Amino acid sequence: MEKNKYKDLVNRHTPKENILGNGVTAFLIGGFMGMLAEFFIEFYSYILRISSKEAATFMIVTFIFAGCLLTCLGFFDRWVGKAKCGLIIPITGFAHAMQSAALEYRKEGLVTGIGANMFKLAGSVIIYGVVSAYAFGLLRILLFGVQ
Amino acid sequence: MTNQYDNVYINETATIVGPYEKKGPLNSYFDKGYDDLYFGSNTWEQAEVKLIEESVDILLSKAQKTKFDVDVQISGDLLNQLSASNYAAARIAIPFLGVYSACATSVEALIVGANMIEAGQAKSAVTSASSHNNGAEKQFRYPVEYGGPKPKTTTFTVTGAASAYLSYNKKGIRIESSTVGTVKDLGVKDVFHMGAVMAPAAADTIYKHLKNTKRKVDYYDLIVTGDLGIYGKRILKDYMSTEYGITLKNYDDTACMIYEEGNKEVYAGGSGPACAPLVTYSYIFDQMKKGKYKKILLIATGALHSPTMVNQKLSIPSVAHAIGLEVIE
Repeated sequence: MEKNKYKDLVNRHTPKENILGNGVTAFLIGGFMGMLAEFFIEFYSYILRISSKEAATFMIVTFIFAGCLLTCLGFFDRWVGKAKCGLIIPITGFAHAMQSAALEYRKEGLVTGIGANMFKLAGSVIIYGVVSAYAFGLLRILLFGVQ
Repeated sequence: MTNQYDNVYINETATIVGPYEKKGPLNSYFDKGYDDLYFGSNTWEQAEVKLIEESVDILLSKAQKTKFDVDVQISGDLLNQLSASNYAAARIAIPFLGVYSACATSVEALIVGANMIEAGQAKSAVTSASSHNNGAEKQFRYPVEYGGPKPKTTTFTVTGAASAYLSYNKKGIRIESSTVGTVKDLGVKDVFHMGAVMAPAAADTIYKHLKNTKRKVDYYDLIVTGDLGIYGKRILKDYMSTEYGITLKNYDDTACMIYEEGNKEVYAGGSGPACAPLVTYSYIFDQMKKGKYKKILLIATGALHSPTMVNQKLSIPSVAHAIGLEVIE
């Protein structure tokens, strides 16, 4: 059988993924995470009497800590499965990706295990995050000048 | 290549499983089950080593043999460099051959062992195959705790090990014939759809086996494939009838038998080198001994998946090996 014909045959028997449903789930949970983040920013700026900008850093640290802790306790992977991309895209997903890799390789040495593998998933986020920040920063200067 | 055997028997088998399989419908047929994925070991890789060691220990005690009675052990698994089999072999200390056909490893080992016994090169052989869910996830996919969302066609690697004791003594189940499969590649690149990757290899092997032995599909009371899963099973049936005009009857797939039907935790069903032999040596052999099946054809299917080659945008080749098993008359 030719590859194209086989592809059609496979497609006939492959169940459709519920893209809309997954999208809505991710949207609602991601939105809820945003709400929670706003709450923490307000909370920290009120309690500690600091600016929202500083409170945002506190919020991120809280989220990262919670993501890592829940990953270690073994809950987060199950939640990620249910929340689709609602928990992976926010900073919690980044923390989770690093923490899960660190857990996976913890018995293969501090350097050859944890050190070498911790960025296995999160490494590309950092690389392309930095590259795109640089590119868009440059674009902004070129378009709108130095402010 | 199809061979027929006069004097090779699977005298005894041993099966050992992890927590997910223990919760499944076939639990009462397995020799031993664990509730924890570490099996008292330090890491998943070492846990898999322990699984093979224990399955061989159980096998030898069930067969009332010692390791000095066995001429050769043939074993394989999914870990890089066949680590689990090699480390287990270091302790078991029987002359050892490592084999790899991914999830078709169990039948490859049976074929090698059966050929040696039929040729008189070995009087007895032990064949083993193992897989560990977390070990396989770590090596082929993402870290286990990452648990990213997966499509419905994903299969779930079985945790367990299965061993068989082969000799020319007329006892147990007879190995009647075997067909060594050809590697097929129909361009599937989806690592979450192994059923689609492997179905053409299974179909090709079934077709060639029937052709070489001049048999009809209803010669066998049961035709069982390794780990195609719910969707792979449908693809195989469709492919078999469009490509070769053969309608598969009395057909099942071990991936769909080892776990409870509709269990969403395991997506489309089981997979891994241990899947086919675990179900065959436990449930299917039991049914054969009870007289439900007299002749079966087991086709273990292996996706020869290499993450490196998939990252280089190549499709995944697959292979399937078949073995004909009979109740001793």
